[in-house]
Amino acid sequence: MVAMSGGVDSSVAAALLMEAGHEVVAVTMKLWGGESDTGCCAVSDVDDARRVADQLGIEHHVFNFGDDFERRVVAPYAADHAAGRTPNPCIECNRYLKFDRLLRRAEVLGFDRLATGHHARVVDTGAGPRLARGADPGKDQSYVLHVIDPHVLSRLMFPVGTMTKAEVRAVAAGLGLRTASKPESQDVCFITNRHGRRAFLGDRIPLRPARVVDGAGHRIGSVEAIELVTIGQRRGLGLAGGTDPRYVIGIDPGAAVVTVGPRTSLDTPATRLESWRWVGDRVGGEVEVQCSAHGVSAAARIDTDTMTVVWLAPHRMIAAGQSVVAYVDDMVVGGGLAGR
Amino acid sequence: MEGDEIYLDHAASSPMRSESRDAWLAAATAHHANPTGAHRASRDARRALDDARDAVAGAVGCRPSEVVFTSGGSEADNFAVRGALAARGGIAICSAGEHHAVLEPVEHAGGLTFGLRPDGTPDLDDLVAVLDGADDVTIVSVMAVNNETGAISPLSEIARVAREHAPDALLHTDAVQAVQWLDLAGVAADFDLVSITGHKIGGPTGTGALIIRDGIELAPLILGGGQERGRRAGTPDVAGAAAFATAVVDTVRDRGVDVERIRRLRDSLIDGLGDRLGDRVLVTAAPGGDRDHIVAGIAHICLRDVEAEALLFLLDSHGLRASAASSCSAGAQEPSHVLASMGVAHELAVGSLRLSMGPSSTEADVAAALEIIPAAVERLTRFGDG
Repeated sequence: MVAMSGGVDSSVAAALLMEAGHEVVAVTMKLWGGESDTGCCAVSDVDDARRVADQLGIEHHVFNFGDDFERRVVAPYAADHAAGRTPNPCIECNRYLKFDRLLRRAEVLGFDRLATGHHARVVDTGAGPRLARGADPGKDQSYVLHVIDPHVLSRLMFPVGTMTKAEVRAVAAGLGLRTASKPESQDVCFITNRHGRRAFLGDRIPLRPARVVDGAGHRIGSVEAIELVTIGQRRGLGLAGGTDPRYVIGIDPGAAVVTVGPRTSLDTPATRLESWRWVGDRVGGEVEVQCSAHGVSAAARIDTDTMTVVWLAPHRMIAAGQSVVAYVDDMVVGGGLAGR
Repeated sequence: MEGDEIYLDHAASSPMRSESRDAWLAAATAHHANPTGAHRASRDARRALDDARDAVAGAVGCRPSEVVFTSGGSEADNFAVRGALAARGGIAICSAGEHHAVLEPVEHAGGLTFGLRPDGTPDLDDLVAVLDGADDVTIVSVMAVNNETGAISPLSEIARVAREHAPDALLHTDAVQAVQWLDLAGVAADFDLVSITGHKIGGPTGTGALIIRDGIELAPLILGGGQERGRRAGTPDVAGAAAFATAVVDTVRDRGVDVERIRRLRDSLIDGLGDRLGDRVLVTAAPGGDRDHIVAGIAHICLRDVEAEALLFLLDSHGLRASAASSCSAGAQEPSHVLASMGVAHELAVGSLRLSMGPSSTEADVAAALEIIPAAVERLTRFGDG
């Protein structure tokens, strides 16, 4: 079973599996009933997936996992914002929808493997399969996949993980797939450009104003919704101009206070973790740590006794709720969530 | 793993009758002219259109002038509800289990709904309460047969109640699922507006009619050249009308024999599933076991601990075509508003399966279904996840 979103990567993944002689069935998940610009939920994307499947001569089905998506992804997303955190819903979707719900469905229906168009690789280490970065450093998606249960990796396939994006597009163009030059989907699929995050969250959680204070506690600005503020933010804080830029370095939803400071105050020697899981053995020494989907990684140690990431060089603060993923030699060795 | 197709989705669309296909081809071949023109070729086409209108009227028990050809059931339903509201103002009331072609226009215009009983039939007490609580009711719409469960509405009873509590309201029934099972002339006699369609009875998709009793004015949905007596503009589809009329006439002609034969097939299917699956299967609109109020061709069941989407996938891969509730435009299964309004628990409703039969259904279909369905259910419940 290949999960087809209607984008170029999963289209090529399906085509490669066909070429390799697999018996392939395509599935598109319908996750979101509301408005969507792009992602897995828009009808036009389902149409693209179906037409690519038609072109490849494979069956295409649509599974409605809307209830699970709401429960596992959308509701926690809103709740996290209400708690002053900065969640990554794509990771929760991968954890609970693609690589659990859909995988179990595939298994029940008799499929041996589930394939997706993600840019990541599954490598065999001898100690079991491990998730590794995709071949295209600019498109690597192992960060948003780190939550996959290692036990299921042997049942997954990422056919485009060994390719660069340019190669993927070239294959798609060579096959004449309609998705060959389709633009990337970037944003949260259930929030539209037209209505935006504020309107979306405003419908689900109370948005509360907050004071913006400097490091000494003096009030210097205000925000209309503390739930929309994230660490490192510098715009929309109601601050007077003419000074050096100031950045959010603290969010206290209970007291309705946002603390700002100069660029240097964003740097931190360590980041608290609220959860951590090693994929295999604990790694005591240096690891590469990545804290955003397309961010660069930095050298650090993971101290699970104090539950902190100890950076080897000062690192920009990480918003609570963001995923922290550790790599050794491009292989995911652990992951968790940043705390406050 | 796929052999012959076992087609148990007639309530979604039934294969075309060969007579209907022949009628379409004959009319499309013979009539190249626009039936609204004045010359000989147009008059010939016009005659074929009027013959079709007469035939439909005769089969469903109305006057030819009352038949307005439409593109199918959804247009007929929209025409009834929106045409009545546009002509008269006021509000629309319908049952909560109506097809979306009625429900959407009613709700879009701020109308009201009333509930269903656990056996899938309209809750008349609730209808009375809603009628009594509303001012200026323009139209009351209640389907003759529910498209999901097959539950038959007591139309004369509904008409009596509606006339008593909303004397000025028009009565509309979506009879799209009724022509093949019930004597429409009898059951819908008290209704002012009746929607019918071709593709559920072996006619072409894209054909249908709204029957509008003489003297009732609706605002047309489509303005233009004044065709269909000003009620629906656009060049009439002569071949479609001829094929539709043939399907209606043949359906009504064969109905007595077909219904009894299909009812036996349907009952053997339900009973066979009960034998094999025990209390994992529930006949949705027959909580007490009584099936008299369910049309002969529909077996709607709920399967415990099974997800319809996974079940349909397995059935399809074995050549068995069926459906659950309704599919959205992308093809995903959506939760059923019909079952929700009957009070069926959500966890049971997600395991719903509609097996629907028509004139081409056979004992071999039932035998195959009784092999395939229990095996698929067994597989899904063994894995503990649909």
